[in-house]
Amino acid sequence: MNQSADTPPKLRIRGLSKAFGKNKVLRGLDLDVAAGESLVVIGGSGSGKSVLLKCILGLLPPDEGSIQIDGREIVGLGGAELEEARRRIGMLFQNAALFDSLPVWQNVAFVPLAQKRMSRKEARSLALERLADVGLDAEVADLAPAELSGGMRKRVALARAIAVHPEILFFDEPTTGLDPIMGDLIDRLIRSCVTHLGATSLTITHDMDSARRISDRIAMLYQGKIVWQGPMERIDEEKNAVVQQFVSGSTEGPIQVTL
Amino acid sequence: MVVPLLTPLGRAFLAFLETVGRLTLFTGSTLWHCVRGPWYFRMIGRQMIEIGYYSLPVVALTAIFTGMVLALQSYTGFARFSAESAIPNVVVVSITRELGPVLAGLMVAGRIGAAMAAEIGTMRVTEQIDALVTLSTNPFKYLVVPRVLAGVTMLPILVLIADIIGILGGYLVSTTQLGFNQQAYLQNTWDFMEFEDVFSGLVKASVFGFLIALMGCYHGYHSRGGAQGVGTATTNAVVSASILILSFNYLITGLFFG
Ligand SMILES: Nc1ncnc2c1ncn2[C@@H]1O[C@H](COP(=O)(O)OP(=O)(O)O)[C@@H](O)[C@H]1O
Ligand SMILES: [Mg+2]
Repeated sequence: MNQSADTPPKLRIRGLSKAFGKNKVLRGLDLDVAAGESLVVIGGSGSGKSVLLKCILGLLPPDEGSIQIDGREIVGLGGAELEEARRRIGMLFQNAALFDSLPVWQNVAFVPLAQKRMSRKEARSLALERLADVGLDAEVADLAPAELSGGMRKRVALARAIAVHPEILFFDEPTTGLDPIMGDLIDRLIRSCVTHLGATSLTITHDMDSARRISDRIAMLYQGKIVWQGPMERIDEEKNAVVQQFVSGSTEGPIQVTL
Repeated sequence: MVVPLLTPLGRAFLAFLETVGRLTLFTGSTLWHCVRGPWYFRMIGRQMIEIGYYSLPVVALTAIFTGMVLALQSYTGFARFSAESAIPNVVVVSITRELGPVLAGLMVAGRIGAAMAAEIGTMRVTEQIDALVTLSTNPFKYLVVPRVLAGVTMLPILVLIADIIGILGGYLVSTTQLGFNQQAYLQNTWDFMEFEDVFSGLVKASVFGFLIALMGCYHGYHSRGGAQGVGTATTNAVVSASILILSFNYLITGLFFG
């Protein structure tokens, strides 16, 4: 990376491995994300993209390897220290993962409500602000998540993720399951939220159009490793056969399509 | 010859050990977070209403029919020995010691244990539990502790109500159908009522409440594999809670009266 040696990247991953029984999902993955950049990791379905994010969040324990945030190791942390590290990360889950027992506004203001950091009235007005940030008006605030469309759920989940002002944002397939127009809208929202917060973002997707819209830099995950990474503009001229095949969406090439 | 037989046996044994270990860890974490705050009082209140208030009709119906059938059944038996006067005694002892807590426990296990496993299981498979963690909220404190605390406190109250309604059921049948004097029946009931009987029943109820909530949460928390996994978790929660209720009932009876 073109980083000066004394400022560590926001996120540094080295030799990350994770297996489920015989299924070796990550096999010594190395990845850096610089502060303030938007990195997109692309890879096929089931290639371990979600597992990568879950390892960083400490939702899954890695088998081996190191993960550092601002130069501080977080693998093996527990209790308060792990909480502290997690507090700096916001996550948008693939299927939004809204709490369906709570109305929309309580989802968005979940953290201040749970930690009793503000009155319910203040929390509600904070939720309405964040909903406005993602283009939703006050009418949805009292709906249940089950009453929302897919695109609205994603937007509410985005509002919930940015409500705590994280320094790092993870997006797990933000456009999957949306129509192209809604997908475009969500991508724009993501870009503007990330820019507005000055956050570092790591997005994983298999949607090339989405990757082009969101990324400063792209990395390709294949067989448990990052096989290529570079600026978004360079991906179309890339000679790497795996990348070429993925970008063109062809069944011919080194990537085995198993049905 | 032997090896093909031993392999599945060994595998089953390992799976059993894994389950025991996981359950022990889960119980330990639950107890640890129960005594260590912060507590989500709003969630505790919500669960108390869910368990205590909404289970009342089921428990009341179970209790009244149990009391009624107890009186009827003991009358047909005792009349042969002219021992009908023992009916108030039989009703009050069986209801307070055994039938009140066990039947209320089993009914609540079906109602609440299943609901807990389904709700938490759905939260697991839709990544809501992961989302909780990323929002700096401990799922044990937010989901498990409120349910367990509500179970431990609400079941004794439900059983106390079941005791009263069950005895009332026996009283109604005895005085309207079996020709008992109302005054005498009540007097007898009161004379035979022992503090220890009622108390042991309430202790049982509290333990059952713990077991129901623990099983509901445990099976929900560890469910996997979409809707089918949640279905399995629900069944397992009810079955395991019911079996635990019956076996702990025996143990506690042994402790109090053995
Ligand atoms: N909790 C888990 N237990 C067992 N296997 C898992 C688990 N999570 C993911 N896997 C496996 O890891 C592989 C990668 O999954 P995932 O990261 O979800 O893929 P994707 O790149 O589509 O997000 C899959 O083969 C999946 O079956
Ligand atoms: Mg995924």
